[in-house]
Amino acid sequence: MLLENIQKLEKVVNSELTTKVKNSDIAFDELLLEINHEELINVIQFLKSNDQCKFRQLIDIAGVDYPEEEKRFKLVYLFLSHENNFRIKLSVNIEIRKKVSSITKIFPSANWMEREVFDMYGIEFEGHPDLRRILTDYNFEGHPLRKDFPLTGFNEVRYSEKEKKVIYEPVKLEQNYRNFDFSSPWEGTKYIKEIKKKSNDDKKN
Amino acid sequence: MTKKTKTLSLNFGPQHPAAHGVLRLILELDGEVVEKADPHIGLLHRGTEKLIEQKTYTQALPYFDRLDYVAPMNQEHAFALATEKLLNLEVPIRAKYIRVIFCEIGRILSHIMNVTTQALDVGALTPSLWGFEERETLMTFYERASGSRLHANYFRTGGVHQDIPTKLIEDIEKFCKNFPKIIDDLEGLLTDNRIFKQRNVEIGIVTKQEALDHSFSGVMLRGSGVAWDLRKSQPYECYRDLEFKVPVGKNGDCYDRYMCRMQEMRESVKIILQCIEKIPKGPIKSIDGKISPPNRNDLKESMEALIHHFKLFTEGYRVPAGDVYTAVEAPKGEFGVYLISDGTNKPYRCKIRAPGFSHLQAMDYLIRGHMLADVPAVLGSLDIVFGEVDR
Repeated sequence: MLLENIQKLEKVVNSELTTKVKNSDIAFDELLLEINHEELINVIQFLKSNDQCKFRQLIDIAGVDYPEEEKRFKLVYLFLSHENNFRIKLSVNIEIRKKVSSITKIFPSANWMEREVFDMYGIEFEGHPDLRRILTDYNFEGHPLRKDFPLTGFNEVRYSEKEKKVIYEPVKLEQNYRNFDFSSPWEGTKYIKEIKKKSNDDKKN
Repeated sequence: MTKKTKTLSLNFGPQHPAAHGVLRLILELDGEVVEKADPHIGLLHRGTEKLIEQKTYTQALPYFDRLDYVAPMNQEHAFALATEKLLNLEVPIRAKYIRVIFCEIGRILSHIMNVTTQALDVGALTPSLWGFEERETLMTFYERASGSRLHANYFRTGGVHQDIPTKLIEDIEKFCKNFPKIIDDLEGLLTDNRIFKQRNVEIGIVTKQEALDHSFSGVMLRGSGVAWDLRKSQPYECYRDLEFKVPVGKNGDCYDRYMCRMQEMRESVKIILQCIEKIPKGPIKSIDGKISPPNRNDLKESMEALIHHFKLFTEGYRVPAGDVYTAVEAPKGEFGVYLISDGTNKPYRCKIRAPGFSHLQAMDYLIRGHMLADVPAVLGSLDIVFGEVDR
């Protein structure tokens, strides 16, 4: 049986998974489910095998870093169902140094995607067959897509004429990377925040 | 008595001409049979996603040209669509048609490149010489529209950078009328060629189920018999109004994928011709002055235009908070952008979903049990470009 629209899908998912879904939200015609990371395997198994959902293809796994939050990392799994012609986004929030279960057993293509997340964010996956770095250099240190990793990195590579080989050195810059603060006084973020604060205060009163 | 066999590990690439870029493939060989393949990627990793987080939306766009540098505008398209979705921005009809014309040109560019170099890998030299001549013509069209042959930076949020002259449209039409003949010539060289068939038929077979499990998309999926094309199933831009067929393979081998690509080029030509027929006159970018920069003439006279120009090219525009995933049918498969905005002028996170990444991942399983000589054939038919795999 096929589902007509994304609202129906939301209903089906919510009624079948009940408490496993922390929050479901449709924005821009895209369905986003928030779940606990302990439930990940069960939920994905359900989405793949359920007759109505049929999310047979894993499109991508995206990591996101929110350094201020208690659960610092967010993983977003994107799925596609050819039969229904729907997409779904599944998000889990995890704390730093927490392990997530690998879904390579359900989707073999998750292998490299999880390796990429591990490489870029340092999130470890339990049960992954071969969790190595994938995109960065051999012997690279750090996790480049974390927000506290500087854009320039720490080391640079060059060929040394003296030593006749390629060497690694700490980055030395003539000029710092200029990151302008665009929250300008006349149309900036602060201004918007103040408006929001004001309207919230008004509501309270 | 059992014979003890020792496997040989062979380092294929990163400077091998058949590696299509900077692929380092570590092969475990038993005689000439491949037992295991471990692709080492990342030699072209430039941190595109990290860089995009530091740039405004306008500045982020050129990075997409540098992903799959064989079909640059298709990538820009995905990013432009993502920001437009977040901004809830309407694109003028003429801009939609121009975008589709150039995306289809990109598809032809990419397919010529892939088909002919794959033929080169299996021993046919002539197709690449003929094909690259056409690529040259197509890149001149890119140049005449955007100013550069490869890194176009032509699409903008809300439309395209500049209008294209009528002469260019006429020339594209002329090209499209001639091009099917060139495809015939290429097919004449390859399709029934005994050597080409020996090297490709029943090599690197992917079944329907495997194609789904390995997140394949585009020709890799269609070659295995799954009729799935985002231009048809989730139409974006004006694809809904255009008529074209989706070629689907049967056996899922390298030869079927070659056939699909050839047919797709013919369909692309049809799409371009339809666009040329239907393209209306009108604006080519959104008229929203807070997003599209004012035109040159206004700058001389209008103070408001000058302010907008200054603000747009320093601060850029702010995009409302939210997250979207948009995908386009790029020549290589589903190219997607997962964009998270926090309401500022820079993307908070921009995850790029490159089709080649999942395709190359399947290399190990595709090549197991094949001969060493099949490695370039399979690799060629996967249509790998390292710009997008490594990002």
